[in-house]
Amino acid sequence: MSEIEPPAMSSGISHAAPPVVAVRQVTKRFPGVLANDRISLEFRAGEVHVLLGENGAGKSTLIGILAGMQQPDEGEVLVDGRAVTIGSPRESLEYGIGTVFQHVLLVPSLSVIENLMLGGNWWQRLSRGPALARFRELSALLGVTIDPDAEVGRLSLGEQQQVEIMRALWRGEKVLILDEPTSMLTPQGVHDLGQVMRRLRDKGVALILITHKLMEAYEFGDRISVLRLGRVVGDIPPERLRSMSEAETTEAVIEMMFGSTAEHARDAETLVGRGRPVHRDRTVDRSAPPLLAVRDLETEATRGECPLRHVSFDLWPGEVLGIAGVDGNGQKHLAEVLAGQRAVAAGRIDLAGMDVTDDGVPARRRHGVRYVTDERLGEGTVGIFSVATNLVLKEIGTEPLWRRGWSDWGRIHEHARDQIERNDIRTPSEKTPVARLSGGNIQKVLLARELNTDARVAVFNKPTYGLDLQNTRIAHERIVTSADRGVAVVVVSTDLDELIQVSDRIGVMFQGRLAGIVENGPDVERRVGLLMTGAEAA
Amino acid sequence: MSIETKVDSLPGDPFRGERAREIQAAILRVLIPILAALVIGGLILLILGKNPLEYYGYVLRRGLLTWGGLQETFTRMAPLLLISAGLIVAFRAGIWNLGCDGQFLLAAVISAAVGPALIDVLPRGITLVACMVVSVLVAALWSLIPAILKSRYGINEIITSLMMSFLGISFANVLVKLFFADPGTTVPQTRDLAVVDRLPRLFDTTIHAGLLIALAVVILVHLMMTRTAFGLKLQVVGANPAAAIHAGLNVGWLTILTFAISAGLIGLGGSIEILGVWGNVRADWNPAFGLLVVPLVFLARFNGYAVIGFTLFFSALMIGGDSAARRVGVPSDFVLVLVALVLIFLAVVEYLDHLRRKRTTA
Repeated sequence: MSEIEPPAMSSGISHAAPPVVAVRQVTKRFPGVLANDRISLEFRAGEVHVLLGENGAGKSTLIGILAGMQQPDEGEVLVDGRAVTIGSPRESLEYGIGTVFQHVLLVPSLSVIENLMLGGNWWQRLSRGPALARFRELSALLGVTIDPDAEVGRLSLGEQQQVEIMRALWRGEKVLILDEPTSMLTPQGVHDLGQVMRRLRDKGVALILITHKLMEAYEFGDRISVLRLGRVVGDIPPERLRSMSEAETTEAVIEMMFGSTAEHARDAETLVGRGRPVHRDRTVDRSAPPLLAVRDLETEATRGECPLRHVSFDLWPGEVLGIAGVDGNGQKHLAEVLAGQRAVAAGRIDLAGMDVTDDGVPARRRHGVRYVTDERLGEGTVGIFSVATNLVLKEIGTEPLWRRGWSDWGRIHEHARDQIERNDIRTPSEKTPVARLSGGNIQKVLLARELNTDARVAVFNKPTYGLDLQNTRIAHERIVTSADRGVAVVVVSTDLDELIQVSDRIGVMFQGRLAGIVENGPDVERRVGLLMTGAEAA
Repeated sequence: MSIETKVDSLPGDPFRGERAREIQAAILRVLIPILAALVIGGLILLILGKNPLEYYGYVLRRGLLTWGGLQETFTRMAPLLLISAGLIVAFRAGIWNLGCDGQFLLAAVISAAVGPALIDVLPRGITLVACMVVSVLVAALWSLIPAILKSRYGINEIITSLMMSFLGISFANVLVKLFFADPGTTVPQTRDLAVVDRLPRLFDTTIHAGLLIALAVVILVHLMMTRTAFGLKLQVVGANPAAAIHAGLNVGWLTILTFAISAGLIGLGGSIEILGVWGNVRADWNPAFGLLVVPLVFLARFNGYAVIGFTLFFSALMIGGDSAARRVGVPSDFVLVLVALVLIFLAVVEYLDHLRRKRTTA
């Protein structure tokens, strides 16, 4: 552990291949923040270089500079040994640097193939034939099957990300930057992505993988650099990494990130994805009738969506049912149907013995159904509206914040200040537009809104997607405390580790069906994994 | 390895300073385009060999500084305010109702037809109210087709409402020529509502009571949009339809309602213009206020109070510009040149402001 090499010394001499892309003494400042502080890194062909660090460590800024979105204040970027200015994302692509960002940057109203053809020169005709050929080539390379004519907005987040990777590779494959690429994938998907990365690496591509998950860094990385508060605080070169066990790597990285292992044990736990199961000490009483009974639920889907097919399950108070599955296998429809915002085509939903199948969102909400959506800014909040308004978005017009239809803004703001304090939402004021908050704080707004009153059934869709360690932990705690209070909880997630941590049972969605439900316990990972591929029926 | 804290502390009360700066920026965003338009408009006049100061002087005098002109300006404000009110409701709800001219004209023709017919059997007050109510209903009905097409099939209302506007204008002409034509004249026009039977004048002026109705409506609309649950629901639909569905709002029904309210208010504008000023509708009469008001509403950023100020400015420009053009010897449509310039500079300033924000927040 004491032999961790400082970054400046390890780079350049430890590896034979010359760097394809390098940054030297790069500094980038934003008002009030030093995002990158004299960062020097080299990225080599045929190497998966992992950048590891907490949110706010400066990873995204560094990627922004390589992708041409931002210019460094000081320092230089070298491509093939020559100092260059990457003035725009287009120039970045011309240097052979393709980036897949954490947030999807596709045009939702265009088809997959149209999105991929967008990068062409404006004076050239769009030719579908060659584009389709390249699309098939990349589909084969990635091992994915996507309808090239499906509208991107109707694809699941996971599928959209696959399209993003294709777009990044579209114009050639010198450098591929992946910003938290696994946050939306299943174990199988992560595995597949790993294979794709290895294949690309063996073809001589320089891969830059940004992650905050240590296991991934160890599994996929040839070289690991750790960033903290804008600086490179440590570097593990390939030859050293190969000789280390996973546990040794974990300890070394935690040491670099947090100084001492004891002090930030919980952060470290979340980081490793091996937190103790937070929910395991209690058993659910299933002798009573279930609170939520779902029978033969079906929905209708437009092109590119996955509808539900004969989904049935029971859920008891205080129970957490995890819903696993490859993204785009009907999870979103399930969450929306339970929340009441999607119409049921067939089947029925009973809540405490009462038929609520045809109830819309307001009626379900009165019955205590809550839904924390995964699209926090897309549908969960109105970005330009204040935090205060968003906290009451689902109660517009109800007493006591509204009286005979008139808004009592004084009370609405008071209510907001109270919620902000109780839920530790970091915002300059209750009147700040919610879009200006960080992802973690927007999630806190949603959690406060959905869980503040008499919740009986709570549906969480990808509750920790894109959140940092601390906020991930807060979201997990909210799920568990809800269940402890007797709320029946459904957690949809593509992160199996997360589901194992919080669930009593885990159901697996496959092609719109609930392929099976397994009790959480030893060997659950393997059984869920099997169900995910559709291999085993119940 | 020691790591210094790199985060600067924030100044004491960032919120108040920000708010003051925002208001200042909002005022500048409006004043700069208007001033720039006046300057460039002046240069055009110079090129035409006219004296711009003379032109602007006449505009000012005729539009605002003479009693007669001022009364005309105020009278002109009434229909513009009601159209603005209708557009604020629609635009805040994210619905681009561009069918205002058709709705306005159809409502005007209905008032012109109903008024003279009823005045013989009913007292004046009831006749006037009945005219307004029927006009509002007809305009709202006319908006139903684009509203239903949008809410049920997601068809873009910009196209459909604009198409319905052309149909409405033509249909209004058909009504005047074929059904409501006054048999007593050779000119195709509706029967005249006598001056004594029209909307009452305010005190000793030529300004009719419609202005008060219009002002009240604009203020009520503003309060409705900012202070009521209904207004907030409409704004949620406008700002993020997906969030509206997520929050359980009935987006389809709210869309139809928004269209009906918007068209109804515009129709009220058409009605009071007939009941207060003209008394009849001649065939092919079309003041085309609607599309002129659209930019005003944008300038005012959908704010009801700001719209009152802009409407005053615009009315003065229209009234003053008319006579100034005649005296200085430029076409009366020169006012439209000024309006167009205001719009161009508005867009430029908006773009520059956007760039500035991007630079400071990136």
